[in-house]
Amino acid sequence: MLQTPSQTVGPYFAYGLTPEQYLYDFKSLVGNQLVDPLNTPDAITITGRVFDGQGQPIADAMIELWDPANKRFGRFGTGTDPQNRFVFQATKPGSVDGQAPHFWVIVFMRGQLIHSYTRLYFADEADLNAADPLLNTVPTERRATLLAQKAPGGYTFDIFMQGDNETVFFEV
Amino acid sequence: MSQLIYNPFDREMHPPYLSPEYKSTLLRAPSQPLVVVKQSLSELSGPVFGDTNVGPLDHDLTKNARRNGEPLGERIVVHGKVTDENGRPVPFTLIEIWQANAAGRYVHKVDQHDAPLDPNFLGAGRVLTDAEGNYKFYTIKPGAYPWGNHHNAWRPNHIHFSLFGPNITTRLVTQMYFPGDPLLQYDPIFLGVPPKGRDLLISTFDLDITEPAFALGYRFDFVLRGSKATPFETV
Repeated sequence: MLQTPSQTVGPYFAYGLTPEQYLYDFKSLVGNQLVDPLNTPDAITITGRVFDGQGQPIADAMIELWDPANKRFGRFGTGTDPQNRFVFQATKPGSVDGQAPHFWVIVFMRGQLIHSYTRLYFADEADLNAADPLLNTVPTERRATLLAQKAPGGYTFDIFMQGDNETVFFEV
Repeated sequence: MSQLIYNPFDREMHPPYLSPEYKSTLLRAPSQPLVVVKQSLSELSGPVFGDTNVGPLDHDLTKNARRNGEPLGERIVVHGKVTDENGRPVPFTLIEIWQANAAGRYVHKVDQHDAPLDPNFLGAGRVLTDAEGNYKFYTIKPGAYPWGNHHNAWRPNHIHFSLFGPNITTRLVTQMYFPGDPLLQYDPIFLGVPPKGRDLLISTFDLDITEPAFALGYRFDFVLRGSKATPFETV
């Protein structure tokens, strides 16, 4: 059987997919807290923005974060923060299959007829990153686009759809 | 122990990132080639949802946001089956639903189309497939609406869906269209799909599921990526 084709999430996903974040009267499936930060001493905050080919932050993207080690999932839209950031609370994942700690990041937005997958690795795990099988298949000069940088309370991870720093996206 | 390997996205069925007639793709389509992943337990895992994630009225968009009456418009019932490429049902997987109201207006605050909101219709719902991969929900037929892509651009009537399947490789967001819609031939989002895949996005009218004196029925099936090998199976 043939795969059902993908279509864009469009600009108006929020009341269906991220309703509580956008203050719609519908229960959210998941939010941006993969852990409860109040009860998780080692919780980290991950923030970032998504930039288009002109370097403008994208205000209608939906970001999904999957922690494959702890099996935790979250979702956040970039339309509620004044700077169009996405924000997640999580813990740093452990290793899966001997790989360096990482999250999967799935990007959906108007202007993408099919979603994009990238991985968030941690810049302060240099030794584990150097041994990561997938990271080692990425051209050396592009690997830095996959590294979240340490910031107060957590990490920052910006996503560039195009341009000199275009984020590496994967065929999963 | 070996593991299942999932087929890649069939790029003869899915739209490309860059589809110039759909203008928003120009600045948002990745330009570099995708880096191919050798699948591991990381990709072959994903979130699991169940009954607790679906509210009692979430399968009926004509009822889950009522304030003082029924929503306006043509009541419809949509049903179908979720399978993988091998024809195996995908049981107990979550389908998220969102759409415009009968007048072609979205509840979303950014939608400024000059058409009325319906106080009794939100346009969002959820349904879980059953043990055989079947689903069914009730809603109002969504209206067409104008958008800014080009002069006199109108989106055909459509319902948005989000599906998960067994792991993150099977994630799918798509749109269902209606048979005979004259706007399809002008819609760059629909036409972004390669010709081979387009018919799969058009639902079929289904008299068998149509409920007498109540709701017209439409059938729409989903096919998610399937696994290439089944080393766990002995039969």
